[in-house]
Amino acid sequence: MISLDAILFYLFGAVTVASSLAVVTQRNPMHSVLFLIGSFLALAGLYINLDSPFTAVTQIIVYAGAIMVLFLFVVMLLNAPREDVASPYGPAYVTLTTGPRRAFALLSVVLVVELVLAMRQFVSASQPSGPDAAAHVSSVRQIGIAIFTDYSLAFEATSVLILVAMVGAVVLAKKRL
Amino acid sequence: MEPTLTHYLALSAVLFSIGTAGVFLRRNLITVLLSIEIMLNAVNLTFVAAGRHFGTVDGQVIVFFVMTVAAAEAAVGLALIIALFRHKESLSPDVFTSLKW
Amino acid sequence: MGVSVQPLIDFVTSPITIAYVVLIFVVFFSLQISAAVLVLAERKVAAFAQQRLGPYRVGWWGVLQPLADILKLLFKEELRPKAADFWLFYLAPVISATTAFAAFVVIPFGPPTDLFGLLPEPINLQGMDVNVAVLIVFAITSMGVYGIVLAGWASNSKYSLLGGLRSSAQMLSYELSYGLALASAILLGNSLSLREIVDGQSATMLGGLIPSGWFLWPSFFGFVIYMIAGVAETNRAPFDFPEAEQELVAGYHTEYSSMSFALFFLAEYINMVTVSALATNLFLGGWHWPFPLAWGWPFGVLNWLLKVAFLLFFYIWMRWTLPRYRYDQLMSFGWKWLLPAAVVNVILVAAGVVYFS
Repeated sequence: MISLDAILFYLFGAVTVASSLAVVTQRNPMHSVLFLIGSFLALAGLYINLDSPFTAVTQIIVYAGAIMVLFLFVVMLLNAPREDVASPYGPAYVTLTTGPRRAFALLSVVLVVELVLAMRQFVSASQPSGPDAAAHVSSVRQIGIAIFTDYSLAFEATSVLILVAMVGAVVLAKKRL
Repeated sequence: MEPTLTHYLALSAVLFSIGTAGVFLRRNLITVLLSIEIMLNAVNLTFVAAGRHFGTVDGQVIVFFVMTVAAAEAAVGLALIIALFRHKESLSPDVFTSLKW
Repeated sequence: MGVSVQPLIDFVTSPITIAYVVLIFVVFFSLQISAAVLVLAERKVAAFAQQRLGPYRVGWWGVLQPLADILKLLFKEELRPKAADFWLFYLAPVISATTAFAAFVVIPFGPPTDLFGLLPEPINLQGMDVNVAVLIVFAITSMGVYGIVLAGWASNSKYSLLGGLRSSAQMLSYELSYGLALASAILLGNSLSLREIVDGQSATMLGGLIPSGWFLWPSFFGFVIYMIAGVAETNRAPFDFPEAEQELVAGYHTEYSSMSFALFFLAEYINMVTVSALATNLFLGGWHWPFPLAWGWPFGVLNWLLKVAFLLFFYIWMRWTLPRYRYDQLMSFGWKWLLPAAVVNVILVAAGVVYFS
C-alpha cells in the first residue's frame, strides 16, 4: 500500500505539471491565467504535504489571490487577442515549427535532462530528516523569529522594494505624468 | 514509494523547464510573464523541499521573500506591458523592434 | 509494505470520525438554512425599518417565504447569452459558492464537547483545527474575488464587465484593511489558531457578568475597521455600488438567472455569515459570554449563535439605513482613510501588547 504522502505528491504534482503545460500551450491568454491559478493551488497542496502550511496559505493569498487578479485585470482591460497561429501544424505549433522555435524547444528538453542529472549526484548522499523536524518547520512562530532576527535586513529591503515597485507601476501605466 | 527530496527536485526541474520553454516559445507578452511566474514557483518548491529536508525554516523564509519580489516584478512588468500596448496596440514581442540595429 | 486494512477500517468507523463527518454535514446544511433565514430576515427587517409588514402571507408571519423563493428560483429558465464563454460563465458562480462554504471549515462554533458522553473523547466543534486557521479563512475569501471577476468577463456584456471590474477592485482594496484588522486580533490572541484566540477571551469580571476578556475592548477600532472592511468585502450595505440597480442594472450577475443566480445570492449571504462568525470569534469572545459554559456545551453554541445573529442584524440594519457610496468615494475611503487607520491600529495594539506584558 502506498502512503498518503505519496498519493498526494503524485496527485498534486500531476495537476501542477499538467496545468503548467496548459499555460504554455493555450492560445487564449485568459485561459492561460486560469490554468496558472490551478497550478498555484496544486503547488499549495504540495507545500502542505511538505509540512509548510504557512507557505501554502501565503502562496494562495499572494500569488493566486493577488498577483493573478492583477494579471486578469490586465488581460481583460487590454482585451488581449488570441495569439496568431502562424504555423501549418495548427495546435501543435509550440514545438514543431520552423528554425528558432525548434531549437528553443530542444534547449528546454536539454535543461530538464541536465537538471535531473545534476540532482542525482547531490541527493544520493543525504538522508531524509525525522518527524520532529516537521513540527519545527511548520511552526509559524519559528518563521516569524527567523524573518525578524536573522533576515531582518532582507525584510526591510523588501518593503522598500515593494514601495518602489508600487510607485514605478503607477508612473509607468499613467497616460500622462 | 515515499516522495523523497529527489522527487520534489525532479518535479521542480520539470516545472522550471516548462517555464523556460514558455518564455522562449510564446509570442504574447502576457504569456511570457506567466511563464516567468512558473519558473519562480518551481524555485519556491525547491526551497521549501530543501528546507523541509534539512529541518530548518530558512527555506520558507526565502520563499516569503521570493514571493514578495515576484509580486513587485509582476506589477512593474504588467505596467510596462500596458505602456507598450498603449504605444503600438499589440502584445507581440516581434512588433517592438525600434531598438534593433 | 503489505499493510492490513484493519486499522484503516477501525479509523473510518470509529465514533470520532463519524462525529466529524456528521459535524461537517451539520455545518454545511446549517449554512444553507442560514442563507434562507437571512433572506427572510432581510425582508422582514427592511419592512419594519420602512414601517410596513413585509412577507406575511406564506406560512405564519411569512416564515415559509424562503421556501417559496427557493422554489421560484429553481423553476426559472436557465439563460446564457450566446456570446458568453461557456466554461467560465458556469464556473464563476461555482467558484463564488464553493469559496463561501469552504471558509467555514476552520471556524469553531462551540467549546470542545463529547456530546453528552456519546464519544470516548471530546471533539472540537470545528471542521478542522489547524494552527493557521485565520490565514486560511483570509486565503479562501481572497479566492472569492475570482467568482466575481470571471462572472463579469464571461458574461460578455458591458454592464457585467464594468460591475465585475469595479466589484473586484473594491474587494481587493478592502482586503488590505481587513487583513490588518485581523492582524490586530491575532496580536492580542498571540496565535493564528481560532480556537486559541477564542479561549484567550474567556476572562470575565463580577462573577461572569462583564466580559472583560473580549478583544473588543483593547482593539475597539480594530473591530470597527474589521466590520467596515467586511461589509465592503461582501459587497453589501453602503458599499454595494457595483451591484446597485440604479447604476449598473445588477453588475456582475446581470446575465445570470435561475440556479446560477441563486448560487451568487447564496455566496453573498454566506460570506456575510463568515464575516460575522469570524468577528464573533476574534473580537466578541466566541462562545464565552452570556450563558456560562458550566451549564453545558449547548449554551456555548447558543452564545455564539446569539452574537452572530446580532452582527447579521447589524449588517441588514446598515443596508436599509445608510445611503450608498459612489464608487470613487468608496475607493478613496478604502485607500486614504481606512488603510492608514488600520495600520495605526495595528501599531497601537502591538505597542499595548508589548507594554502590558
